[in-house]
Amino acid sequence: MFRYYLELALRGFRRNKALTALIVLALGIGLGASMTMLTVLHVMAGDPLPGRSAKLFYPHLAPGSAGSKYDAGRAFTWIDANNLLHAQRAVRQAMMAGGRVAVSPGGDRKAFFSAGRYASSGFFAMFGAPFAAGIGWTALADQDRARVVVLNGELARKLFGSATAAIGQTVRLQGREFRVIGVLRDWHPEPLFYGDASGDWAFKSDDHFFLPLDTAMDLKLPITGSESCWGPSSRTGDTCSWLQFWVELGTPAQVGAYRHFLDHYWRDQKAHGRFPQNVPPELHGLMRRLQALHLVPSNVKLQVWLAIGFLVVCLFNTVGLMLAKFLRKSGEVSVRRAMGAKRRDVFVQLGVEAAILGLAGGLLGLLVTWFGLWLVRQRPDAYARLAHLDPAMVLGVFVLAVAASVLAGLLPAWRACRIPPALQLKVQ
Amino acid sequence: MRLHPLLRSLTRHKLTVALMLLATALTCAIVTNIASMVMHRVALLDAPSGLDENSLVTFASTRINATDSGGGHDFHAQYAADLAVLRGIPGVRSATAVVGLPTYGGFAFGISSSADAQQDQGFQASAFIGDASALQTFGLHLLKGRDFLPSEYVPLDDYKGMNHFSVAIISCSLAKRLFHTDDAVGRLFYTSGRPVRVVGVVAHLMGMYPQLGASDNEYAMLVPVRPDGDYVTFVLRTAPANRGRVLSQAVTLLSHRDPLRIFDNAETFAQARAQYFRRDSSMIGLLLAAGIGLLIVTAAGVAGLASFWVQQRTRSIGIRRAVGATRADILRYFHAENFLIVTGGVLLGCVLAYGLNLLMMHYYALEVLPPGYLAVGAIALWLIGQVAVLGPALRAAAVPPVVATRSV
Repeated sequence: MFRYYLELALRGFRRNKALTALIVLALGIGLGASMTMLTVLHVMAGDPLPGRSAKLFYPHLAPGSAGSKYDAGRAFTWIDANNLLHAQRAVRQAMMAGGRVAVSPGGDRKAFFSAGRYASSGFFAMFGAPFAAGIGWTALADQDRARVVVLNGELARKLFGSATAAIGQTVRLQGREFRVIGVLRDWHPEPLFYGDASGDWAFKSDDHFFLPLDTAMDLKLPITGSESCWGPSSRTGDTCSWLQFWVELGTPAQVGAYRHFLDHYWRDQKAHGRFPQNVPPELHGLMRRLQALHLVPSNVKLQVWLAIGFLVVCLFNTVGLMLAKFLRKSGEVSVRRAMGAKRRDVFVQLGVEAAILGLAGGLLGLLVTWFGLWLVRQRPDAYARLAHLDPAMVLGVFVLAVAASVLAGLLPAWRACRIPPALQLKVQ
Repeated sequence: MRLHPLLRSLTRHKLTVALMLLATALTCAIVTNIASMVMHRVALLDAPSGLDENSLVTFASTRINATDSGGGHDFHAQYAADLAVLRGIPGVRSATAVVGLPTYGGFAFGISSSADAQQDQGFQASAFIGDASALQTFGLHLLKGRDFLPSEYVPLDDYKGMNHFSVAIISCSLAKRLFHTDDAVGRLFYTSGRPVRVVGVVAHLMGMYPQLGASDNEYAMLVPVRPDGDYVTFVLRTAPANRGRVLSQAVTLLSHRDPLRIFDNAETFAQARAQYFRRDSSMIGLLLAAGIGLLIVTAAGVAGLASFWVQQRTRSIGIRRAVGATRADILRYFHAENFLIVTGGVLLGCVLAYGLNLLMMHYYALEVLPPGYLAVGAIALWLIGQVAVLGPALRAAAVPPVVATRSV
């Protein structure tokens, strides 16, 4: 029976090329456009550390003066970051800041700039940064202001050819010698969630090296990212915020305990005349922080709605077109009904037709998505390079296409199968 | 033409009419909101920075410290000498060394209009620093007041200078925020309780990180602090046609002067600005494509349904022709029918559009949808409907009267 329906459907397509083409077009464009949008949004709203992000938290203190309510990046002062770091109340914790140094490769090769991160020793374990060779540094190295560095994959290969060859080598950063103790696999969380979040940094920069923050402070290495001061401009004081501080908390109980600790710390500091803004501390999860800082653009959700609205409009049009298509078959349907086909048979027959239209629409939709993503990839944008079709999505497009098409065909098919046999035969 | 038979005939096809109405209404609602979002972003992309954007080229310079001590190098003297060299390049009208530029970065200052900053009065503004020729090189349009005097400059001195300058040139927008007037010359504002006197007001100066929908995009000022750290951005002003040549010449000349320095980010200001706004411009493309796609799909839907109706009514068309209707009458009938449906859709769409807009304003801080967008959306939908129905209507008009005598 299925083959017969298939044949009927194909014959119907041939007889009614324009209408069939319009249905496929409406489905294809609708699906293609919504899938393109959803993929881009998925990439932009993506979780930078899948599997780990739920355990990472960023404490929010408002250290500024009473007057300044504005605190874009919610950065930490040196004092607060150090206090929280040394309190060791979380499973893991680390403070960090962005940096940009001149790398001198030695020999005839020209020096170049490289962006990286100055961090305390807990950084790698907390974020689960994957090492290709070697290891990170210890808390002891922080204290000793050790001149050690961990390179990201690309920089290690650029300087020394391979990850393993880099270990133990010396690299000159900003004119000082550092020993390479570890090399990461090319690790680029997208967006660069842990760094300074103001402006456009998170989607613009990649970290190519990591070295102890205390060493960087000791050597006065250049620091990047935004820096807010409300008193004397001194990085090691409590009137400039410029650091980021992250904690890892495994269980809700730990989160609760850390909140309590933060609250206590805040009250204690307030008693000493600090935190005049009187904004109680907060503890935000990674994704929550990204949203608060607009790293997940606030209108991402809005555009998801847009994509859904788009699909709905396409569906409405498809329903209308299918209605036209099926009702045109009135004669054919009434003959089938008169010859004994049940309403259910007609319904299934039209359902098969709708599914085939859905497949064709899905194919077109896939082409449109592919083209749309190709266009997106042409943009000189960091996230654009991530906009790719993956097998799950291809399957998703097809499932969605057939589901949408069958759904759109339901009402028209129901209408068509109610065509009384006798009346139509009389007209014929 | 009388509407009555038209409406009568529409009530015979309630389901199809309802579908077309809904599709048109949704399209109208979504497309007008998309248009408003696009224009919102276009306005941001077009916002003036106050700088003579198409004449500026910039490049960053850093010096590698050869020794651990790091200090000892007189950067200020070096930059003064560099600038003298840069000004000698043919075609360079003016040159300056700065830290921070609109869309590049800068210093964020918490400021307020009174000394005893109460809780809510403070807000943040961007500050840019540069040597004596900054105002002139940027090409800022000074509305009131004057440029800085040489005696007003203080050294940056490892950022300590940011607490020592005593005057500023502020944007008109910042002046209005602080003093409710752009006539701000001579007035004081405060940063960390320290007074700063306004000596000049410029028509426009964009902040370091302008953002979509933010009201503080032009809260910015220029302050007389001389860059003397190891990191500085050189800004050269030249004729737009000379930008590429001047830029490469400048970098080459300075590279020969000091082998320990590294130059990068050599680009025109326009390039850097476009780079900063690239996400917004990507979004404009995405939204435009979505809007146009939606209109195409709706046009396809209208055309498909219209052709179905024509086929279904072939007999009645034949009868009308047989009793004296001209081809023009038939053509007009289908166009009028389409116009009626689209009008219904647009009316419903307006309500939906404002509903959607209110919802989005509530959640996403968007602006009120200007009525003009609805008018344009309605006209676009009417046009699209009329064009889409043209083919089927022509086919209907071509139905010969003799069809009336045949069965189907």
